[in-house]
Amino acid sequence: MTRRQVMFALPALATLAAAGGFYAMLSGMRRGSFDPRGVPSALIGRPVPTFALDPLPNWNRPGLSSRDILEASAVRPVLVNFWASWCLPCLVEHPQLMRLAAEGVPVFGINYHTGTQTDPGATAWLRRHGDPFSRIGIDLTGRVAVDWGVYGVPETYAIDRRGIVRWRMAGPITPEIEAEQLRPLLARLA
Amino acid sequence: MRALALAFLLFTALVAAGPAAAIIDPREMLPDPAQEERARAIGRELRCLVCQNQSIDDSNAGLARDLRRIVRERVAAGDSNAEVIAFVTARYGDYVRLTPPLSAKTVALWASPAVVLALGLAAVFAFYRRRVTIPAPPPLTEEERARLARLAAE
Repeated sequence: MTRRQVMFALPALATLAAAGGFYAMLSGMRRGSFDPRGVPSALIGRPVPTFALDPLPNWNRPGLSSRDILEASAVRPVLVNFWASWCLPCLVEHPQLMRLAAEGVPVFGINYHTGTQTDPGATAWLRRHGDPFSRIGIDLTGRVAVDWGVYGVPETYAIDRRGIVRWRMAGPITPEIEAEQLRPLLARLA
Repeated sequence: MRALALAFLLFTALVAAGPAAAIIDPREMLPDPAQEERARAIGRELRCLVCQNQSIDDSNAGLARDLRRIVRERVAAGDSNAEVIAFVTARYGDYVRLTPPLSAKTVALWASPAVVLALGLAAVFAFYRRRVTIPAPPPLTEEERARLARLAAE
């Protein structure tokens, strides 16, 4: 190729490559598999952090501790979901969690608080939309969330049968995420 | 002139007030000023993952407040600055550090200023070399010289 041809092809190739990159990025954002503000979890491949949380008051579910997670995950992989009633994306993923729980996947909830934001509407929210959780811990100080590396709600973690965190979704589990990532993962870990 | 002096005073006052404007509730502060100073230095090094381009010292987000409290707990418990940062990095990964550590993954980031400077210097060098190598125009022929003299005479 002559120098002139190279100079002509180079910008065209760069534009094509950029177009491909943007297409992958935007379609990932639409499906929920790519979050431009996303931060990879430091917990993947590591054991579940040790904690014990009280149950949600006035709600008929027991509290949640790391021991509960390890006992349940020894039988089959479990999901741990950080959630709050004021969190709109939590409502987006709620039908998916209800469906998985109905199929027998153990889904544990941690009601997320920060030092400034409490969640007085938690029980009303569960009553209104349904409760997919077999256990719910209430993280009043946000301390357990920090131990898991949570930086927003919803966040969902999948734990394998050795008690190791294998997957983290920061943001809602859309039906696409459920079908393309979560279900194959649960089948692999079973 | 007076307006200019006033503007300058206002500007210096704003600049001086800048660093003190961090959002720290007096109730969050440690009783020991030296420890509090250390906690702030650590806080300025940690990214608030909710707002992402603010440090936890500058952010009003709930998570930033929780992390400020944890930093102060660790400092009060006697951790060194590096130990506190390692504690938070173990939970949130390297991205939480506003000064990324030099590793295989960040070497491109750290090397990029030097690489860009080298590319710029190379471009400047190439530009000047090409300018010098433009061949000088061939000397005028007899005929052209005569024509030029004719034109100058007119």
